[in-house]
Amino acid sequence: MSIADTAHATTRPAWLALDKLGVLIALIAAAGAILPFALFRANRIVVGKPKSLLEALPSFPSGLLIGILLVGVVIALLRFPVTAKLAAGFAVLAALMIFIGQSASYLTPEGDTFARVSPGAGFWLLLFAFALLVTDALTRLRFKPLIRIAILVAVIAAIALLLWSGSWNSLSILKEYATRAPAFWAEGRTHLALAFGSVAIATVIGIPVGILCYRVKPLRAGVLNVLNIVQTIPSIALFGLLIAPLAWVAANIPGARDIGISGIGAAPALVALFAYSLLPIVSNTVVGLQSVSPAAIDAAKGMGMTGRQRLFAVELPLAFPVILTGIRIVLVQNIGLATIAALIGGGGFGVFVFQGIGQTAMDLVLLGAVPTVALAFAAAVVLDALVELTSRGSRRP
Amino acid sequence: MKPGNIIRLIVFVTLILFLAKPELFSGFFSLFTKNNQPAIYNQGSLLDITLNHLGIVLAATAASTIIAVGLAIIVTRPFGAEFLPLSRSLANIGQTFPPVAVLALAVPMLGFGTAPTLVALFLYGLLPIFENTLTGLTNLPPAVTDAAKGVGMTGWQRLIKVELPLALPVILAGIRLSVVISLATATIGSTVAARTLGEVIIAGLLSSNTAFVLQGGLIVGVLAVLIYDALSALERYLMARTGQLGRAAA
Repeated sequence: MSIADTAHATTRPAWLALDKLGVLIALIAAAGAILPFALFRANRIVVGKPKSLLEALPSFPSGLLIGILLVGVVIALLRFPVTAKLAAGFAVLAALMIFIGQSASYLTPEGDTFARVSPGAGFWLLLFAFALLVTDALTRLRFKPLIRIAILVAVIAAIALLLWSGSWNSLSILKEYATRAPAFWAEGRTHLALAFGSVAIATVIGIPVGILCYRVKPLRAGVLNVLNIVQTIPSIALFGLLIAPLAWVAANIPGARDIGISGIGAAPALVALFAYSLLPIVSNTVVGLQSVSPAAIDAAKGMGMTGRQRLFAVELPLAFPVILTGIRIVLVQNIGLATIAALIGGGGFGVFVFQGIGQTAMDLVLLGAVPTVALAFAAAVVLDALVELTSRGSRRP
Repeated sequence: MKPGNIIRLIVFVTLILFLAKPELFSGFFSLFTKNNQPAIYNQGSLLDITLNHLGIVLAATAASTIIAVGLAIIVTRPFGAEFLPLSRSLANIGQTFPPVAVLALAVPMLGFGTAPTLVALFLYGLLPIFENTLTGLTNLPPAVTDAAKGVGMTGWQRLIKVELPLALPVILAGIRLSVVISLATATIGSTVAARTLGEVIIAGLLSSNTAFVLQGGLIVGVLAVLIYDALSALERYLMARTGQLGRAAA
């Protein structure tokens, strides 16, 4: 930096300079402000009428929201401290969430049960712009794992509060929910059972297989190749191919039908998700065990530990963070893949997605897609935090 | 010829034969049908559908390669360094969106058919290529980059003549991952009426004809394995050519 630069810098405060990411956020937010904020439809499947920011809310709240957005954009544009940007980002996101609900109640005519109001492209772009601001701030602040989980819990609590308060009840996605609330929770339970159940079974079976592959070298290439090929089979085909063998098992093995095995439904979905989960867990177990330092193993041998003691007291604990990373990958992947189970009658949130595609009712698609994305995202945050917590404990030099 | 290559050749020839003359295999597939169901997909030529499937995957992967490599180059240059941490987080978050949701939500904007599938495959393809290009460009041997600076190369020359060629095998590994994921994900595109091999599988699911599900799944699986192996071989060749075989065994 030359002397001229330094002199220049001292004449104005440090925050008075453009932030490159801020420029990007401002551009996205500007596009979001121009595009329709909400869509009004006379019933759930006709084409929507776009409503701009000014039309979507009464004049005072509309002005307030525009004011909040402007302050948010200015804070994003200038070089304010990261914590200020984080606070501003969360504040704008909260305002958007509250005002979209207001907009829905304002636009819906009194007593009209057919009219639907859904968020427009402008709302999604504004949400994206300030989510970028929050993501960047969170990435830069490098919070400790427990604080990250605390922030996640706070966000979930805020959303739960909004849902509970009923301020979103006029939004079309919640109207779709209202007409099928029992089905929503039933499919939600199935979805969780499919995603978590398959990962749990894959963990119980995958870790011993991984240990075996690590100990018995000739086995390794063969097992990993077979699991690799399983990954290349498209999910809808694997789900379909398991129908016939499971139907045979249900028909011919006594007791199988009683524990819920049948050709269609949840059983083939669970088996398919399990098959996809094995590769990351087995290969991460092998890689984790391989990366245990030879010094640690030598020390354990020197102390007179048996092979079994070394495995449980030294090698597995040291390899655990890597194994957990494998579990994280498959859990996030299976929460998404479980949506496909609906195609073969396996249930889960995919039911709403496919019904929505069939009826070209996008709000119904959202009713399936939003909880799936939220679950996958929450699982990713929590498991990333756990991986960091465990690796800090065991990898201390 | 190595035994592995002989197997690959046999598999490849069988695949071509099956696509050109599927009737030859009807004996095998009729083992999986009941009640005189057709053994071979009869609502269109398997060859056409396969070529269309490959075309969609190719177009989407080409687009994601250009964008992902471009973005990775930008965030590793000094003027884009501010975006590096954010882009890493975004790549991570992007993976939490299930393909079906992306497809379904692209429909209102793009209509039914190939377009939403292309968009979903493009978005999914970005992540592995971006991650690998970043890894490739940030883990270069310091001796080589220092030497390039020492001989007076400009930033642009270093990028084109030194950094990209050295990172190429790692970038290619990203493209390989992306192609294999896209080949399988493209089948889901048929739920929004894209003409991919998913059509064959879904037809099988709807009429509970296992033969259709099996042939759709087999074609995709075999294509994925063959393309995966071909790209791996190309990577090994490039590694050897740039003298990096010993450097990165992964």
